[in-house]
Amino acid sequence: MDARRASRTVIDPKVRHVGFFTPTAEPAPSRTQSGPAIPSSPPLSESPASNSLSPVMIPPSRHLSDTVAIRTAAVPVPESALRRKDSGEQVPVGSYNPSESLLGTSPVASSPSSRVGDGTLEFSEENSVQWYRRSGSGKLASSLPGGGLESATLRTPLEVPEKSAMVVSKVQNEVPTSSEPSKAKPTKAERRALQEAQRAAKAAAQAEGRKPTPVSGGAAPSKPVKQSSQKKETQKKDTPTVASSVVASDKKGGDRPPDRRKDVPPPRMQFDDKSRVEKAKRRAVVNQTEAKNRVELFRHLPQYERGTQLPDLESKIFQLDPMHPAIYKVGLKYLAGDISGGNARCIAMLKAFQEAIRDYSTPPKKTLVRDLTAKISSYVSFFIECRPLSISMGNAVRFIKSRVAKLPISLSEAEAKSTLCSEIDRFINDKIVIADKVIVRHAATKIRDGDVLLTYGSSCVVEMIFLHAHELGKQFRVVIVDSRPKLEGQALLHRLVAKGLTCTYTHINAVSYIMHEVTRVFLGAASVLSNGTVYSRVGTACVAMVAHAFCVPVLVCCEAYKFHERVQLDSICSNELGDPDAIAKVSGRTDVNYLDNWANKENLQLLNLMYDATPADYISMIVTDYGMIPPTSVPVIVREYGREHLY
Amino acid sequence: MAEVQGIVNELATKLRKRKVEGSRETARLTAELFRTVISQQRVTSAALVEVVRDVGQQLIAANPVELAVGNIVRRVLRIIRDSDLSLEVGGLTLVPQGDDGDIVEEDDKPFMLSDAISQTILHQPSLVAQLESKPNLVRHFEGKADKTPRSWQFKHQIIEGVNDLIEDINTCHEQIADQALELIHQNEVILTLGHSRTVKKFLYAAKEKKRSFQVYVAEGAPKHLGHVLAKELAEKHLQTTVISDSSVFAIISRVNMVIVGVHAVMANGGVIAPVGMNMVALAAKKYAVPFVVVAGTHKLCPLFPNNPEVLLNDMRCPSELLSFGEFSDCMDYSIGSGAPLLNVVNPAFDYVPPELVSLFVTEIGGYHPSYIYRLISDYYSSEDLVLQQKPAS
Repeated sequence: MDARRASRTVIDPKVRHVGFFTPTAEPAPSRTQSGPAIPSSPPLSESPASNSLSPVMIPPSRHLSDTVAIRTAAVPVPESALRRKDSGEQVPVGSYNPSESLLGTSPVASSPSSRVGDGTLEFSEENSVQWYRRSGSGKLASSLPGGGLESATLRTPLEVPEKSAMVVSKVQNEVPTSSEPSKAKPTKAERRALQEAQRAAKAAAQAEGRKPTPVSGGAAPSKPVKQSSQKKETQKKDTPTVASSVVASDKKGGDRPPDRRKDVPPPRMQFDDKSRVEKAKRRAVVNQTEAKNRVELFRHLPQYERGTQLPDLESKIFQLDPMHPAIYKVGLKYLAGDISGGNARCIAMLKAFQEAIRDYSTPPKKTLVRDLTAKISSYVSFFIECRPLSISMGNAVRFIKSRVAKLPISLSEAEAKSTLCSEIDRFINDKIVIADKVIVRHAATKIRDGDVLLTYGSSCVVEMIFLHAHELGKQFRVVIVDSRPKLEGQALLHRLVAKGLTCTYTHINAVSYIMHEVTRVFLGAASVLSNGTVYSRVGTACVAMVAHAFCVPVLVCCEAYKFHERVQLDSICSNELGDPDAIAKVSGRTDVNYLDNWANKENLQLLNLMYDATPADYISMIVTDYGMIPPTSVPVIVREYGREHLY
Repeated sequence: MAEVQGIVNELATKLRKRKVEGSRETARLTAELFRTVISQQRVTSAALVEVVRDVGQQLIAANPVELAVGNIVRRVLRIIRDSDLSLEVGGLTLVPQGDDGDIVEEDDKPFMLSDAISQTILHQPSLVAQLESKPNLVRHFEGKADKTPRSWQFKHQIIEGVNDLIEDINTCHEQIADQALELIHQNEVILTLGHSRTVKKFLYAAKEKKRSFQVYVAEGAPKHLGHVLAKELAEKHLQTTVISDSSVFAIISRVNMVIVGVHAVMANGGVIAPVGMNMVALAAKKYAVPFVVVAGTHKLCPLFPNNPEVLLNDMRCPSELLSFGEFSDCMDYSIGSGAPLLNVVNPAFDYVPPELVSLFVTEIGGYHPSYIYRLISDYYSSEDLVLQQKPAS
């Protein structure tokens, strides 16, 4: 506690002088003081120190105790056992299986508490050795907003956004023992790191990879652009598919980046930009044909003919060399829609990465860090071709890339691989499985006897909350609101009724009929954005709106790793388009066949949106693993617990 | 009475089995039935009122949710009363007859008229008025039961009135559609939910006048009649996009106007509409998009909604939402305390409160919801507002 208080006083002014200070002495005390504290505290609970700076208080103590309690509560959680049985019966119903991921493939994972501890300890130690020396005066960390507040050993590398971190470590690879780069002024070092990041994103597989010389920040910007344009041709062969967002970002990166610039997420691929689309197409693994009868308003989103990609991909399954079979399998599942739900998709992707990493071997004359990053980028872009990434998956990818980039050069290949695999396991366990348990415990306190709880669609966290409350013996009724075309609520209804919960099932149009009797609304979310907007399955906004109109509290349950610093005002700028044919066909209703050959009518379009954005005013509370917060506190969570803690 | 009972029963059965879809169709059938009923009666106005009311009650009981039936009964009753009055007025003052169409202009001769008319025109319907007016009318009826040429003329006049009513119902779509150009501008983006003939004609009319605009059609589960509307609009070369009902909120921010058809318009300006409409109206309110209701005057219902979600609603078959075989084991009563674990709710209608409605477009013009009460007192006479007046019998 002493250490924390001391570091707080030291740090306070630093937050105000984001990016404009050059003291060399200041960071040192914070490191020396918080350094020793790290090994004793689990990684998530380091945050209180930084948290105390936030304008909106998120009681850290509660979470601290929660995580600790749960971690020590060890493995045989009754709920997971239940769920495992359950999911054994019906597999891909859009909910992931926490027990599986908890007790899953890796043997160490079976004891989360010990394993997590090990992983972080070992990790922070390795880093501390490296980073103490490297960024001796610690400017990299401390000049970032909300960064470098404490635990410099662990935070420093993570504080730098994923790409720049990657490059920094590349630098480190080349000049492992020299501490020159860190002697530069902090802002410059940072700027350079960013520029290098942008270049490296393009030239990840670039063979020479010589450490760029720029010492002055002003000269640097022009260089990467030039170089990258020269190397475009060669890169195309080497890195078959760089994620489209990365492509977009390095154009932007050409101009001079202010210090906070790296906070802004890179612009996404806009599919109404013809030239970009052409470029992306040439690199694409999946052959897709553009859908006909596009809706004009949604030209910027990709939409392809359904059913054309899958057979094509399946036929290529033995030819595609660069793609690992596990990746391929998961990609096909995304494409076919066998895996849905933010957590399930994210876990499937991470598991696939894990397998790919296990089977990975560094090609000759390449370094593991750079080559593996490029590999992962190509995997990711393959996933994107199968189905656009969800925000949670994007966060997970950022996590993996940052971990790859931070791999110490001293590690052998086998060690590096096992480190990464356990990191991924840790991520799944900490950010998803345990987070869910914390959310369930928080949310269950909000359920009282006699409540009527409404949920929309099928969210696995909400399902766990209901089951947990039911196990606690609370008397309540569940209203499941469903909507076409996915009808995910039916699967949820099946599972809840099988567990003996009293359910009412209805469709979304009847929500204002049923809302009279509802006392609480529990909703899942695909992501929570920085302005408090909840980005979730389409229809969530309608339900929240009606609940708001009827003065029923709306609780959104969302793991903190799904938070994102992006902002969004409407559901149109960023969304995902589903298969329009699903709108035309009404399952189980043969009498509704008016739109059978709609594609032939040039004036008729079908629009199947997948997500919508719920304005923050409709949300009463967001239940996350850091506690229960109002939607206005989302940016605080993103800032204070961001980067390192969220992903 | 006996001779018409057959056809009355026929329509009542149709209504009970929900074979008649749409309020306009119901209204037309009801009006035609009354024309037959009236033409076969050889009775005085007092008895005619009783007969019409009696038949009306049978029809209403067959489908209490279909408010158009009650509206037509009231309209017919009003016609009967007006003809009666105009005859009487004619008999006393020798004013030309057949003026049931211009009741409103009769404001300037209030003493000539009976209490009933002056009340309907000058006052809001009130309980006191209803109680007071009753004995008056009965006295009038008794006074002239024996005049046979008068009664023939009287019946002729009523049949004329009912014919006019049927004509009104048949042409209301065209008259509403005539106003389309004043409300739809070039490049407008319009959202509608489900299928309404009134909306369809409205949009057709605008399209025929060379307005080009874009229509988003929410499909309107569980009937999915939005698909039908979309198909028909696309065939008329309107730019049409079908969306699922859940995407309404996502899309509404890009919509300029919501135009919907409704099931009934209540006296307070609220509407009973196909299920899902409240959601659309709330979303429209959120984004300040005008929510326009197109409705013929036969949908004007003089009742105030009391718990309309429950009392004025129809529960449809759960099989529209869940296929029967799938959940049959959950729906039976054998588990636990006897209550089923699973309920399926599939209401047919939604109530949209007046504050969410921006405008009503009827065949007699556009009105704000707060003005609906006035239209109602124009169309119905105050003593008919409550049709079930014989609780004792």
